[in-house]
Amino acid sequence: MTEPVTTNEPNIIALCCHYCAFTAADLAGTMRLQYPPNIRIVRLPCTGRVDVNMMLQAFVEGADGVMVAGCEVGSCHFIKGNIRAAKRVAYAKKLLAETGINPERLEMFHIAASQGPLFAETATAFTEKIKQLMSQSTTEAPKTPVVAER
Amino acid sequence: MITAERKPFDTVYEFARRHKKVLVLGCGTCVTVCMAGGKKEAEILTSQLTLKARQDGVDLEVEEHTIERQCDREFFDEATQRKIKDADAVISLACGVGVQFCIEVLPDAIVYPGVDTKFYGATIEQGLWSERCGGCGNCVLEQFGGLCPVARCSKSLLNGPCGGSSDGKCEVNSDIDCIWQLIYDRMKKLGRLDELEQNQPAKDWTTGRDGGPRRILREDVTLEANP
Repeated sequence: MTEPVTTNEPNIIALCCHYCAFTAADLAGTMRLQYPPNIRIVRLPCTGRVDVNMMLQAFVEGADGVMVAGCEVGSCHFIKGNIRAAKRVAYAKKLLAETGINPERLEMFHIAASQGPLFAETATAFTEKIKQLMSQSTTEAPKTPVVAER
Repeated sequence: MITAERKPFDTVYEFARRHKKVLVLGCGTCVTVCMAGGKKEAEILTSQLTLKARQDGVDLEVEEHTIERQCDREFFDEATQRKIKDADAVISLACGVGVQFCIEVLPDAIVYPGVDTKFYGATIEQGLWSERCGGCGNCVLEQFGGLCPVARCSKSLLNGPCGGSSDGKCEVNSDIDCIWQLIYDRMKKLGRLDELEQNQPAKDWTTGRDGGPRRILREDVTLEANP
């Protein structure tokens, strides 16, 4: 479990597919590309492993943004995992909106293993967007780094 | 199975915010299969209630627990009963049977419905369920080639289609097959069309809901003298 974050920096969880986005993140590191340290990567066998509560739970435990990063459409190692993940992300966005959280805090991305630069760009852009949402947000709850004892 | 759909979140949240500590109680049977009130849905609702309460600055503690069935006493084990007693209220994700039975098992518990119970249906494909039985208490399937006009005809007609049948679809909604078209096609295939010419007398609905709340008593399987 991560330690509670106490700064005003956003805490972003990236649920990454082992076969593409995770490898792309690795490649970004190998290429010495900079991207914000706010991103905490969770490696999954496929974004098809992502279920709806996995995304909601990230917010419950204090995440300010969640990115789900899977393979490009048509190149999933498990055929349709990324398509299914995209549908679940869409549903989770609806559930988030019901709770009063801006659904833009959750996004799905498609990043191939070779696209290290795209991963770095996406991570940077998403972090900026979350920072912007946090600064705009007056109705949304203040940053509460509630990390449950589990 | 009995099918259900999640209640609008705002409604459930209004139930929850009347209390300080709420238990979301999932049911592991029918509502799990129709993806409305199983363990996963209980976890999702717990997360949603927690997030919403935090957004609103409401002091609300939400826990989640799922049992195999809420319509059988033996599944309310000691741990479950303790969780229910520890909570100020329960949001049951079982069908209407489970919600009521939860109160029967623990009469002091305050139990709210977390789903809207729909019908007896089948899984047509993942994510699509369709009504098949009306529980009329006097099954007529044999007379109609195994297709039920009671549950699947919008008017429960027993003597052929109404004038609203068009291109095999019901006038109520074009997504609904006219069951009388399907019955005709099936009986034709079975070579039993002549049976459809027999007049069906008015159905005795007292075996269904018109006879009041029903019960089944099997004295051969009861364990003690029935009350």
